[in-house]
Amino acid sequence: MISSNLPALQVVLPLLGAVLAALVRRGPIAWLIALVVSWTMPAIAFALLRQVLTEPDGVVSYALGGWTPPLGIEYRVDLVSAYILILVSVMGALVISYAPRSVASEIAPERQAWFYTMYLLCMAGLLGIAITGDAFNAFVFLEVSSLSTYVLIALGHDSRAVLSAYQYLIVGTIGATFYVLGVGLLYVMTGSLNLADIAGRIGDIENIRPLLAALAFITVGISLKVALFPVHLWLPNAYAFAPSVVTAFLASTATKVALYLLLLSVAAMIVASVVAVFQANIKRMLAYSSVAQIGYITLGIALITQTGLTGGIVHIFNHAVMKATLFMAVGCIVFRTGVVRIEDLAGIGRRMPLTMGAFVIAGLGLIGVPGTVGFVSKYFLVAGALEKGWWWLAAIIVISSLIAVVYVGRVIEVAWFREPTAAIKDAGKPPLEMLAFTCILAAAIVVLGFDTELTAGIAARAAEVLLAGMT
Amino acid sequence: MTVLSPLIDHFNYFIIIFLMVSGLYIVVARGNMIKKLVGLMLFQTSVYLLYLSPGKILGGTPPIIDENFQVYSNPLPHVLILTAIVVGVATLALGLALVLRIHEAYGTIEEDEIFAAGDEDK
Repeated sequence: MISSNLPALQVVLPLLGAVLAALVRRGPIAWLIALVVSWTMPAIAFALLRQVLTEPDGVVSYALGGWTPPLGIEYRVDLVSAYILILVSVMGALVISYAPRSVASEIAPERQAWFYTMYLLCMAGLLGIAITGDAFNAFVFLEVSSLSTYVLIALGHDSRAVLSAYQYLIVGTIGATFYVLGVGLLYVMTGSLNLADIAGRIGDIENIRPLLAALAFITVGISLKVALFPVHLWLPNAYAFAPSVVTAFLASTATKVALYLLLLSVAAMIVASVVAVFQANIKRMLAYSSVAQIGYITLGIALITQTGLTGGIVHIFNHAVMKATLFMAVGCIVFRTGVVRIEDLAGIGRRMPLTMGAFVIAGLGLIGVPGTVGFVSKYFLVAGALEKGWWWLAAIIVISSLIAVVYVGRVIEVAWFREPTAAIKDAGKPPLEMLAFTCILAAAIVVLGFDTELTAGIAARAAEVLLAGMT
Repeated sequence: MTVLSPLIDHFNYFIIIFLMVSGLYIVVARGNMIKKLVGLMLFQTSVYLLYLSPGKILGGTPPIIDENFQVYSNPLPHVLILTAIVVGVATLALGLALVLRIHEAYGTIEEDEIFAAGDEDK
């Protein structure tokens, strides 16, 4: 009974949890609800992956409300979406376990229950996008996750957080509306909203101009959402002023989920990396680095070869782990010192060696040092570029990695090789659970850097599925 | 007449596109945050019309089964847009709430003035 309804539970549980958390109105209880729900999610996601692997055609299809697809809304889990579900749910569970103290220090007590409500809603939306097989349903989930994200960002204690949330709302809504516009044109042309059904009917269309317009609208809309260069301007501000926990969660999941729907970014990698070098605020620096890293992911997708696509997909996961670690380490530092300017972090490495150690490991991962997950994805990307004989592209990937050395190195230099200032000397140790989850993720960066079976293995099979669907 | 006929045949789409572009223009050109939201809603609403327009079938009746009528209008776009309207209302409500908070924090809702004030803080 339960196992046949897992696809629906994956989305319904966080939705119910959000309502419960809103009803109790008490921060700690709301956190407990969020914690239980968030740890149930990866369990369901892994169970779904097992079902997918045992199905003969590799697809778990679920007719929502008993209405058979393509008329009814279909939840469809294949290898690719199972991969995204695991990514989102595992990151969501880790971040929420780390959250309570950071939340308590950055958000007023009467608002904490709302924070957990929005967190669960956001997760429901993200999981929904990944699991649904219906184009319009995907729009609804996109807006569920977006609206809750605007609120999460506005919860930041800085007054500029509200401003960033407003700007994100404008851009996000334009993006989502472009997406609906594209879906509307597709519906007019094919008479279907089921993604698999659309794919089947699209070949019969003789007049392809509306089709191209539809795809253009969908691509531009989603690019706005994932902050793809050159429409990335909302992202660094939103990340810099949002509460630390929100940043860790969004950086690791939200922008990736929208990429799943998108499936130019040479410029993004270089420009955003260079801009990252010149940032004074450490959260903004990491945010610009995210713009660059998303460039790697789209680059892998743009290669359209088995190796390149594997690199892109595996980097979705690897970047999520690395960025979550970086932002969680920054969260620990902000929690104890309230400092976000890189210059003010002098000597923090001596005061918080474990936190900064995790930061260094994740930073090395961003650069792509062998032995970290970053190396695995860069390896596939460079190999994919070389397979096509694009030497210049491989060179650009390497150059962009070298720029990462500069901005990560700047933080390391300040944190470890300078005398601690008085403010840093007085800072206490970060709380155990925040430190523990940061270190667990840092360890994962190294472990998954050596054992690539789970990440690259699934990514390679997912790439096969995607390529088979294209031809 | 031949030049004008596509215009007349598809006049509903031309109106939709006019609304869409003017909404988008307001979002980009106006610094007042309330006006930006008005433009955003105009833009969204034009997309609702884009969905509804092809759902109407000439000579079709409302989709209620009756043996006297064989041609029905397509009800699905209406259902979809009902959902989209709910999403639009939620977005507008949240947008207005954010503008209210911005007004409390900065004392103005003009973007130029807020950014000018922000530069002085640094």
